[in-house]
Amino acid sequence: MCTMPLDRPSVPLVSIILIFFRIGLFSFGGGLSGWIYRDVVTLRGWMTDADFLSGLALSQILPGANVTNLAVYIGQRLRGPAGAICAVTALVAGPFFAVIGLLVAYDRLSTMPWIQDGMSGAAAAAIGLLLVVAIKGARSASSSLVPFITLAVTFTAVGIMQWPLVPVVLVLAPLSVLLAWRKAASNA
Amino acid sequence: MRENLLWSLVAVFVPFSLVSIGGGPSIFAGIQHQSVEVHRWVTAREFVDLFAIARAAPGPGSMLVTLLGWKVAGWTGAVIATLALFVPSSLLCYGVARMWSHYRGRHWHTALETGLAPIGAGLILAGVVAIFRVAGAGALSWIIAALACLIFAWRPKLNPLFVLAGGAAAFAILHGAI
Repeated sequence: MCTMPLDRPSVPLVSIILIFFRIGLFSFGGGLSGWIYRDVVTLRGWMTDADFLSGLALSQILPGANVTNLAVYIGQRLRGPAGAICAVTALVAGPFFAVIGLLVAYDRLSTMPWIQDGMSGAAAAAIGLLLVVAIKGARSASSSLVPFITLAVTFTAVGIMQWPLVPVVLVLAPLSVLLAWRKAASNA
Repeated sequence: MRENLLWSLVAVFVPFSLVSIGGGPSIFAGIQHQSVEVHRWVTAREFVDLFAIARAAPGPGSMLVTLLGWKVAGWTGAVIATLALFVPSSLLCYGVARMWSHYRGRHWHTALETGLAPIGAGLILAGVVAIFRVAGAGALSWIIAALACLIFAWRPKLNPLFVLAGGAAAFAILHGAI
């Protein structure tokens, strides 16, 4: 059964917690799947390549942060519900305190004007990190017409027209999936 | 009053949790609209600062909501906002992960993947525009963002903290000079 943990000695929950806590604390700026792969597949052999990669695809198409979804998936595969809860909680716990600590430090310092300038510069650089992801997505979407139009309509509605995001996605997602489904069926 | 605030955190972030296809960046535009214009939890300027802090800290960029919760109601607000954003999507992911192996390779599997991907990309682009709009950013911000983008594309494994620090230094120096 797919819902059973993997057919090997079960992984201690403590190990899951320690590994995901460490990954969470070092996950600056995203791109964590490489770290998780190294810990879970390469170093410990807890999962096969195929298992990991299908989980990665899943965590990216589902709503939610990709990394937390991947943690839920791996925790579930290794130890069922308890594993999923341990993995995702450990992953988020470190960043939770780190981000609040940074904010408190920033609030104390923000009266100095050069701090304001510095934050504007850091924010602009952080947007560069987003642009990389957006460009990657746009490049793969423009391989054919339908995904390109979907991307353009989504961007125009939310980014230019400033329509509310939730209804836009609720209308576009079923349409886009339906079109992809028909295309897949006609190719099969 | 305080309970109303906590409920409004839940009411705003739970739906975002379930539509954040492609991760946190896809909902930044919507979160910005809700927390600056609709609920007025923070000013446009504060929102941009929170965004930068969340990106500089470890963890998913969507820890931005932890900071919004903190601004609204301290520790309780931070915990509630974080749970509101991460629990619904995690539950959904858990349910789907259980079924996933059963249906691997089926058509709907591929259709979901290819159908949702361009929506995620479009939302991320919209998020970029939204953040620049609230920042009231000038040419200097755009230039730093474009340069940072080039650096990240060129060296994907470079620790982003270095680039953020570089952007901060460049802005602080050039903004005074121009």
